[in-house]
Amino acid sequence: MSVDNQVIAMRALDVPAAADGNTNNDRVPKMVVRRLNFFYGAAQAVYDVSMDIAENRVTALIGPSGCGKSTFLRTLNRMNETIPGTRREGIVLLDGVDIYRQIRDVSTVRTRVGMVFQKSNPFPKSVYDNVAYGLRVNGVGDPSIVKPAVEDALKRAFLWDEVKDKLNTNAYMLSGGQQQRLCIARALAVWPEVLLMDEPASALDPLSTSKIEDLIAELKKNYTIVIVTHNMQQAARVSDYTAFFYEGRMVEFGRTKDIFTKPAHKQTEDYITGRFG
Amino acid sequence: MRPFAFKPKSRIKEFVGEKLITLSAFTALIVIALIFIFIFKEATPIFTSPEVQKEASLSKMTFKQQFNPKQEPRFSWQPTSDLPKYSLYPLFLGTLKAALIAMLFAMPLGLGAAIYSSEFAPRRAREFIKPIIELLAGIPSVVLGFFALIVLATILQKMFDLPYRLNALNAGIALGIGVIPIIFTLAEDAMTAVPRSLREAAMALGANQWQVSFTVVLPAALPGIAAGMVLGFGRAVGETMIVLMASGNAAIVSPGFIDSIRTMSATIAAELAEVVFHSPHYNVLFFIGTLLFAFTFCLNLGGDLVLARLKEKLQGKH
Repeated sequence: MSVDNQVIAMRALDVPAAADGNTNNDRVPKMVVRRLNFFYGAAQAVYDVSMDIAENRVTALIGPSGCGKSTFLRTLNRMNETIPGTRREGIVLLDGVDIYRQIRDVSTVRTRVGMVFQKSNPFPKSVYDNVAYGLRVNGVGDPSIVKPAVEDALKRAFLWDEVKDKLNTNAYMLSGGQQQRLCIARALAVWPEVLLMDEPASALDPLSTSKIEDLIAELKKNYTIVIVTHNMQQAARVSDYTAFFYEGRMVEFGRTKDIFTKPAHKQTEDYITGRFG
Repeated sequence: MRPFAFKPKSRIKEFVGEKLITLSAFTALIVIALIFIFIFKEATPIFTSPEVQKEASLSKMTFKQQFNPKQEPRFSWQPTSDLPKYSLYPLFLGTLKAALIAMLFAMPLGLGAAIYSSEFAPRRAREFIKPIIELLAGIPSVVLGFFALIVLATILQKMFDLPYRLNALNAGIALGIGVIPIIFTLAEDAMTAVPRSLREAAMALGANQWQVSFTVVLPAALPGIAAGMVLGFGRAVGETMIVLMASGNAAIVSPGFIDSIRTMSATIAAELAEVVFHSPHYNVLFFIGTLLFAFTFCLNLGGDLVLARLKEKLQGKH
């Protein structure tokens, strides 16, 4: 979608990205969220969140447990729709196109907006079959295409050198950190444009965590990344923008260095300095 | 200093409790072992007594025998004729036929219902289907046998224009109805035990519900499904009342499924009450019992081992 159309779509929405204005308006946003509300049955989990997600940047979502940041993340690729009894209001645009109303096929959304989960969840299949899965379910089964794509995805996830001799072993034989990078490779194999990461390093040891963080720094050259994290240092290290969520609301959103050095809200300051959380 | 006192734990209670639990576990084991020993003991004369072996030796039970110089050697189970014939082959064949038909009938239905219930059914439907099918397991087999004898046999005979009402097909289908809940329950449990995280991983890669079920859930649950098949087959082989009532009980050696059959279990049930105590016939019936016991025991053991492996696999152990 052209920049003009994007602007038109934005004007139609007529809502600023965040309470303190568009803080990341130096680029055309890859994704635009406006007035997003989310409900589990009668319980509301996300209140009226608006956010611009900058292309080729890392946006971190921080906040205490149960603040709605993971729920918000899952609305960005319609994974929220897999939970029965939930309801969403508001708009989510990907390159100016409404992913809920204008994209009929949910698999189109999910292959463009990939996801990596908190707990590594490889399939009980071989390393190769794990990475090839996303291609195969989307109708790409030709080994002459799949094989180089698998290798490429594993290389982009910095895992190729460690697993190139074990492509046919069960993914569960890999270490925890390797399993998580395998899940990242699996997500990368379908060539997504946006990568959502839900606390991707929370279950890993420090060494594996630093590998994931290096990987994120490398990936943002080609992908737009949204990462949920409980780890303040991690948010400060890897992200360009940070959104602080509290009790379902987005309290503050801005450049990471601003959020961490001069937060505008008392709650944000209390949280990032560890006074609650 | 604590402002209140803790009560010391009773070591005697703990000791007695632990021993009682251990004892109850071993009682079950010992009972099973004793049953097996008893059955096998009653069958041993086949191996030890030359007198019994004159009528019923292992080779006489296994291979074709010539009973009449004018006839070809044949397999025959006629233990009460003037010249008793103890070939186990017709019984074995009958058992296999019935179990095979039962599995062919129950596998697609049980597995299909399990896939529907765990993957596709709305929650309301699932809460309705699952208990109903599991309730099927509680129907006494004599009721199923009665149903096959009176209703099913007539329907099948009309439908396929069969020469005999009671035959392998009739018995097998009735047996299959008894096997469905076993396959359904185990397969359904195995599929619902596949972690949600795996389904989410597949959906996040653009897989639809159908692909999630058939490329992730089903392969991951395969050991559980296999265990269901194995245990279902064990039930089909060991089940007695249904085949006794619905199979016609004629020990016919034929390849077809529309002839009457006589299964190993039904033979024991039908003949043991009237057999001469400690006669060769009596020994042979116990030998059949030993075979059945060993066979179903191995099947159940195998099924349980597969299930245990599934649990490990899904928990990520190796």
